[in-house]
Amino acid sequence: MTHTPLHARPRTHPHTPARGTPARSTHKAWRLLTPWLFLLAPLALLITFTYAPIANMVAYSFTDWDGVSPELHYTGAGNYTEIFTREDLFQVFWVSGYYLAASVIQIVAALYFATILSFNIRFRNFFKGVLFFPSLVNGVAIGFVFLYFFQDRGTFDTVLGLFGYHTDHAWLGTPTSANVSLAGVSIWRYLGMNFVLFLGAIQSIPGELYEAAELDGAGRWHQFRYIILPGIKPVLTLTVILSVSGSLSAFEIPYIMTGGATGTETFVIQTVKLAFQFNKTGLASAAAVVLLLIILLVTWVQRRLVPDDRVDLV
Amino acid sequence: MTRRAVARALVYLSLIAATLIVLLPLGVVLLTSLKTENETANGGGALTLPHDLLNFHNYVTAFQDGGMLRAFGNTAFILVVSVGGTVLIGSMTAYAIDRFTFRFRKLVIALFLVAALVPGVTTQVATFQIVHSLGMFDTRWAPIALYMGTDIVSIYIFLQFVRSIPISLDEAARLDGANAFTIYRKIIFPLLKPAIATVVIVKGIAVYNDFYIPFLYMPSQDLGVISTSLFRFKGPYAAHWETISAGAVLVILPTLIVFLALQKYIYNGFMRGATR
Repeated sequence: MTHTPLHARPRTHPHTPARGTPARSTHKAWRLLTPWLFLLAPLALLITFTYAPIANMVAYSFTDWDGVSPELHYTGAGNYTEIFTREDLFQVFWVSGYYLAASVIQIVAALYFATILSFNIRFRNFFKGVLFFPSLVNGVAIGFVFLYFFQDRGTFDTVLGLFGYHTDHAWLGTPTSANVSLAGVSIWRYLGMNFVLFLGAIQSIPGELYEAAELDGAGRWHQFRYIILPGIKPVLTLTVILSVSGSLSAFEIPYIMTGGATGTETFVIQTVKLAFQFNKTGLASAAAVVLLLIILLVTWVQRRLVPDDRVDLV
Repeated sequence: MTRRAVARALVYLSLIAATLIVLLPLGVVLLTSLKTENETANGGGALTLPHDLLNFHNYVTAFQDGGMLRAFGNTAFILVVSVGGTVLIGSMTAYAIDRFTFRFRKLVIALFLVAALVPGVTTQVATFQIVHSLGMFDTRWAPIALYMGTDIVSIYIFLQFVRSIPISLDEAARLDGANAFTIYRKIIFPLLKPAIATVVIVKGIAVYNDFYIPFLYMPSQDLGVISTSLFRFKGPYAAHWETISAGAVLVILPTLIVFLALQKYIYNGFMRGATR
């Protein structure tokens, strides 16, 4: 987690041609070519599977292409108006709200557990492992585990019964409770990932800071507020972006568990269905462009609010 | 003093509650996987113990009828090729970007950087058309190409490590007459071992668990990887929770073993991978 600022090191490049020597032209050409030989495969893959799709997607989004036939017609902004005016298509944005709310809970809980487990706690490694393990588990397996968990008279009902709360509620049966259940599953699944990130960031804060604070009589809360929170700010903001884009692009858990039934269809489920079941490639592309723009916008706003100089490659 | 004790008790209580929440659903599935058809059908409560704790019948059914052997084979093939490719591609890119000055270097960096902002799920509709036109649809090469082609995180991890290798090593080798490829192969690549371990772990787990890409690009039954094969359990075994549970446990178990064996590296790997 300890980043050294990447741009800090003064760099001398060994490959600047030595001046004064008679340059043999083949040798020089070879030298100019060398970096490109290394970059050939990576750039080819990058362009083929990232940039070409983006360009095509934008182009498709203005057409009524079905993805199969050679015929396609230019429809202007028609697909975009459809997305924002057809209520059944727009509905998926509201579903994202459940996942957004879930990620707030998830971040707060992860922060709590990371903080307490960075102090001295018995069985620390056991608790760390337990909290982190779900983020390594296969999504399909998690989907099945929780389908069983939420069944009528299943595990969840049985556990509630132990606490004297009897219900014959179909957890995945109504839109609200189904979405809340699914969002709960994604908290269960992703909490550990945030937790580990926070934990790493907290551990990279020098220990003397706590000692000094303790001498000054600062309690745990003050240590958290004035040492930990500022210390992990970069990771925290990164987590916020990842959570927003994750909430908007929720797919696996709802698709596996409900297939998008009972009002649990998310943006990505809808796009996949439009493109691959209903052959509406044009409309699906427009939807994907909208999603991409929202995510880029969120990232941009976040960068403006919290400028973070450490994220650049150079 | 007492307030401290209460706070401490509450902290432990919250940890125990979290542990239960994490382990209960997994534990119940493990129990269910050992039950007989009758035991699950009677709805005798999810928390009861199976009569025979060593009843592995469901595992046999899941493994054979669910085609799990083939699924593990397909997953292993895709995993090895795409993780190997990611390591090669990532390290080569990092070497070229860090050790050379060339025209358009900044542009190349920007291309990789901007690509990191584009979430893969959003471009899948158009990517599908490209994969299709390259004739890779419904072959193992579709996921392999996609996993290798878009992994900016691993490039970033390699870049950080290449930077930490002193340039004087390159220069010394160059004086001995080594060219760029020899330097990459004999000096840089071997010194990247910790980075390679990180990338192998993070990428390996991501590929093992991925559902979206194999689901879209390899619909054929016999190309099923573990995610898609397990997903297919939903139809034929819809009411047979004991078989589905056994399938889920079969898929989770390798992850658990790897996690317990490599805990330390996995934590480090994920922290490096996710913070970029």
